[in-house]
Amino acid sequence: MQRFVWVRFIAVLKKEFLHIRRDRASLIMAIAMPIAMLLIFGYAINTNVEHLPTAVWDQARTADSRELITSIRNTQYMDPDNFVQGYKEIEGLLDSGKARAAVIIPPDFGKKMKGMKQASVQVLVDGSDPTVARAVLSAVQMLGLNKSLELQSERIIALGTATGFEMPLNLETRVWYNPDMKSRVFNIPALIGLILQSVIAMLTSFSIVREKERGTMEQLVVTPIRPLELMLGKLLPYVVIGFVSMSLIMATGIFWFGVVPMGSVPLLFLLATLFLVTILAIGLLISSIASTQLQAMQMTFIMLLPSILLSGFIFPRETMPLFLHVLGGVLPLTYFLEIVRGIFLKGVGMEYLWQDTLILCAFAVVLLAIASKKFKKTLD
Amino acid sequence: MKLAIDCQGLVKRFGTYTAVQGVNFQIPPGKIMGFVGPNGAGKTTIIRMLCGVLLPTEGQATVLGFNVLTEPEEIKQRIGYMSQKFSLYDDLTVGENLDFYAGVYSLRGKVARAEKARVIELIGLADRTSQLVASLSGGWKQRVALGCALLHNPQLLILDEPTAGVDPVSRRVFWDLIHRLAKEGMTILVSTHYMDEADTCDYLGFVFYGQLIAFGSPADMKKREGKANLDDLFIYYVEHEASDDPRNLAIKKGGRS
Repeated sequence: MQRFVWVRFIAVLKKEFLHIRRDRASLIMAIAMPIAMLLIFGYAINTNVEHLPTAVWDQARTADSRELITSIRNTQYMDPDNFVQGYKEIEGLLDSGKARAAVIIPPDFGKKMKGMKQASVQVLVDGSDPTVARAVLSAVQMLGLNKSLELQSERIIALGTATGFEMPLNLETRVWYNPDMKSRVFNIPALIGLILQSVIAMLTSFSIVREKERGTMEQLVVTPIRPLELMLGKLLPYVVIGFVSMSLIMATGIFWFGVVPMGSVPLLFLLATLFLVTILAIGLLISSIASTQLQAMQMTFIMLLPSILLSGFIFPRETMPLFLHVLGGVLPLTYFLEIVRGIFLKGVGMEYLWQDTLILCAFAVVLLAIASKKFKKTLD
Repeated sequence: MKLAIDCQGLVKRFGTYTAVQGVNFQIPPGKIMGFVGPNGAGKTTIIRMLCGVLLPTEGQATVLGFNVLTEPEEIKQRIGYMSQKFSLYDDLTVGENLDFYAGVYSLRGKVARAEKARVIELIGLADRTSQLVASLSGGWKQRVALGCALLHNPQLLILDEPTAGVDPVSRRVFWDLIHRLAKEGMTILVSTHYMDEADTCDYLGFVFYGQLIAFGSPADMKKREGKANLDDLFIYYVEHEASDDPRNLAIKKGGRS
């Protein structure tokens, strides 16, 4: 029989702890990652939709209409703080994503309420994110029902009899952009960004890290090749691959899943190219830090988690705590998602996307500058 | 005569650690200079400074008449470099590796094809050009790596332990080639742990603790210290130069002296 020898077992145990202690990166990952994950998941996975920016067009301007706005605010679902005049403004706010819902109170609202008639209020909801839209819809319907019952009982007391079977307050809801509230329509455009990011960043960093691993980088250093020549030569193939994979994802989305972009496809490609440049820079940056392909892969995975949770890919950023909201703001994907969803679902153009585009440009320039500087250093 | 390599007081420090301290030597063109010395003595650091890759902390060096501090790009275009890692692309064929390095040295079209053919002929790679590097033995990889370093007709060939881990036959073939290249006028700087290889060099430098403690022709060096062969000379230097070196104590314990 083979005996279990404690000394041998302890030797292995000791050695493993030494490995772990020497390998700082893994140690940090083992301790910091679970905490970070728990925090991110705990806060970001908050399907309670709260405090959505809401536009209000109060045409009545009476005590009744103000009371209605207050009760909308009291639901906690919506923050009706953005007072506007006219449809055009509402459209602009919804298109740009600055408002996720809009309340339109007609001029005769006060009169109808006083005259014991049915008053209609229109509520527009941005349906691009079905989870958010559904929450808003049910909140609005509950509110309408509550208010109606309240009014009805008041009227019964006042008149001694009901005015009719009509609801005194009719909150008419309409869903924009994704009227059927299909989550697929919401998710597929965003997947273009996420897939592009994970695949291209990984491939790019691999291609450079491989040279370090094999020792060919050491050989290249003693040749007359310049860092820029090497860098561009290595990146360009991945721009091409990125384009091909982007077109494939889009074609699959359009022809297989039937999610057709409402807006301009050339614009989508143009801005996706900008995003691609940012991703290449991230890949380059990873490759300048990582020395093995395994490390490079770990780094892309570390980036993947916040990209899914904090960029607005699954959970609406509006409802996140400030810290996570800001954290999501340093991910280029966040802005690309705004762009790709804007074009796909809302059919908007540069007039509403210029801000996201500018931020993405800034990301591309800054990341590329840092990455190429770091890359140059690895060569020198 | 213009010197191929002229080192004057080369010093390299990494933080507080001094890797190379005050190295001086001169080599005329067309000669083979060998570096010997224990691992970690600073051979590779000296070589990297001469390639124009690592900046010396102090001192001066000219390689092929160019200053390593100010004209590293001129040097890089004129030297061939090969290390023990045989830095080739495993997933490319021999021919594709040669094509890549031809491009890196800015060789184009007809010139590139002619140089490639010359190198293939010189090294005897004709049957192997379409073979993947991954499928080659160590000896063949070494030859392909040498081929890649020779494509641009370098005036100086720098070899950092080119024969480490290669069988004796391949080593012999390799060194025959090195001597042929030197006869054609190429200067060669090579580091090695094999004393039989070192014995065939025109000049020999013994590197120890970052210093060049002896320099000269192998015959002169042996005569100077009265040693019959380079092995004994090597051990003598280690004992003599650093009596407190642990390697030295181990030798004494073994009762060899």
